Amino acid sequence: MRSVKKFDYYILLEKITPLIAVIFALLVGAIVIMLIGENPVFVYKTLFSNAIGNRDGWGNVLFRATPLIFTGLTVAFAFRCGLFNIGGEGQMYIGTFLAAWVGFTFTNLPAFILIPLCILTAAAGGALWAAVPGILKAKTGVHEVIVTIMMNWIAASLTFFLVLKFKAPPTEAMIAAGVKQMIPHTSEIAEAARLPRLYTILKFLNIDFPSYNQVNISFLIAIGAAILAYYILWKTNLGYEIRAVGYNPLAAEYGGISVAKNIVLAMVISGAFAGLVGTNEVMGFKYRWRQELFTGLGFNGIAVALLGKNHPLGVVLAAILFGILNYGGAIVNIFTEGRIPRELIMVLQAVIVIFVVISDEVVKRLIRQRRKLV
Amino acid sequence: MFSDIFNAQFVSSSIRVAIPLALAGLGGVFSERSGVINIGLEGMILTGAFTAIAVTNFFQNPWVGVLAAILVGIILGLIHAITCITFKANQIVSGVAINLFASGITIFFCWLLFGETQIMVKSSLPIWGWSIPNIGESSTLVRSIITIFAHHSPLVYLTIIIFALSHIILFKTPFGLRLRSVGEYPQAADTMGVNIVKMRYMAVIISGALAGLAGSFLSLEQAHFFVKEMSGGRGFIALAAMIFGKWTPLGTAGAALLFGFGEALAIRLQGVTAVPVQFINMVPYLLAIFVLVSAIGRATPPAADGIPYKKEIG
Repeated sequence: MRSVKKFDYYILLEKITPLIAVIFALLVGAIVIMLIGENPVFVYKTLFSNAIGNRDGWGNVLFRATPLIFTGLTVAFAFRCGLFNIGGEGQMYIGTFLAAWVGFTFTNLPAFILIPLCILTAAAGGALWAAVPGILKAKTGVHEVIVTIMMNWIAASLTFFLVLKFKAPPTEAMIAAGVKQMIPHTSEIAEAARLPRLYTILKFLNIDFPSYNQVNISFLIAIGAAILAYYILWKTNLGYEIRAVGYNPLAAEYGGISVAKNIVLAMVISGAFAGLVGTNEVMGFKYRWRQELFTGLGFNGIAVALLGKNHPLGVVLAAILFGILNYGGAIVNIFTEGRIPRELIMVLQAVIVIFVVISDEVVKRLIRQRRKLV
Repeated sequence: MFSDIFNAQFVSSSIRVAIPLALAGLGGVFSERSGVINIGLEGMILTGAFTAIAVTNFFQNPWVGVLAAILVGIILGLIHAITCITFKANQIVSGVAINLFASGITIFFCWLLFGETQIMVKSSLPIWGWSIPNIGESSTLVRSIITIFAHHSPLVYLTIIIFALSHIILFKTPFGLRLRSVGEYPQAADTMGVNIVKMRYMAVIISGALAGLAGSFLSLEQAHFFVKEMSGGRGFIALAAMIFGKWTPLGTAGAALLFGFGEALAIRLQGVTAVPVQFINMVPYLLAIFVLVSAIGRATPPAADGIPYKKEIG
């Protein structure tokens, strides 16, 4: 007879390790806040009450969670194939730029063609950029971690070149003031390429929601992408093969599954998710490409995927948590007049990652010991 | 034009650019020879670069800044060691977390202590060696030799000493033999009485110290300022140098010089050629990918690289 009850307790523990990690990280954050000389209770209260205490806060949280869902899926999907795609940043750059390019070039197309075209281009751009490390890994065995990082920097340079080539003409106000573009950016995309904000739908459903809130249809695309990732991974042959390669490439190869083909496909799909960030950043928010050095969205996707245990549902939840931390952190920054820099949130995210992996291992070990004892 | 670019100054600047890559790459050699992958080099360089400038400006003494950078590297190495060796967590994840942590913590303290995201260095290390004679005082050859070999920051000479020492330690001492055996075949090393946990801890801490030193050189001697994300992928280029150098100190030094040459060339070509500067900026990264692809087949990592050691009991 096995002592089933005790065992279930540990399985439950394994499921909630991310929660434990988050609590530990918040404690670490509290210590840092105290060291700065601020009150952690006040800081956390400000953070959470502003982020999730009202509808406007929730809107801002979901707006910030949207790109993180995409980049989280990027990392999680590749990880299911045993690959570390930490090039989400670069894939996102290429996809987003291309979406903007389509948006401001084919301005006379109607919305029902232009919007899908922009979305597909964004995905294709990311997929293309991720295909390079995928092919190199499959053909020569070069580790994808280094190549994806190098591709990030190459993407940053390439988009910088392109943004100067497609720079928006100076506006009349700028000519009058005699100033140049501070941050290089392209022209705005066509009206027909823009995604409506979420409040238009909520208004239709008779839900009161502020019209200035930036959360847009891209959030629904992100949820759709998560469902698609789940469907591909667990309901199709391709997903089965990708996961088989991730579990054990040698066994998969022996079973007749092409490791090389699945590595490339997993990278391409993973990169497509990163490219879709463009739907939020360009089509739903800025309406143009602005050249900035690394937004950090791609890198935060790693933390989101780990916290979400590389499962699409987990990724969505983790992205929303990070959305809360990011938006709340920005509010705290304003409330404390900059005494608590918003980068505290970045530090917390890294601490969460370390605690997630450590607590995962500890719980695994506990379960193993348990099994031996029983 | 050719002699305008490829002169003694160019070689000298190639060496300077190569130093952070070489030091961090050497850190990678120590860590991976013991069987622990260290992706966190990038973050360790960044944190080292920030610490070096912050402490230098506080004490008005760059030497204290260099020591502080090494110390911070050691602390980050220790964190990586605890996660990867004691808790046997995924080494790449831990390294990625260290990089995330470094990006956040450096800007965090930058805002907190200085109120801005870019800080200038207030005091630099002296130049050691001979001063370069004026044109006409001595022949071009003498001037070139002094420029290349004997007119550098003390850290350049220190790096050369560190590389010579590392080669001897890794390949000529019992400590080095144990370190390599732990990375190749830990089970065998364990039965011979080598303390695997201790060896791996030491190796990862050494790699942190070297990456911290690399960061201090980058900010104090090369850039003379600190700015957000200034490590610019150097930790990963250093890993490429390590692989191209077949996990040996001397090979890594050679590969780092190659990368230094590429980056220095990129800096020199800016404004000289019709090629847009953005494409020139890609050179180091393209070179790294190219080098990796060509190194495959020739380079074999240590056999137990990246695999946590689990002692067999019973």
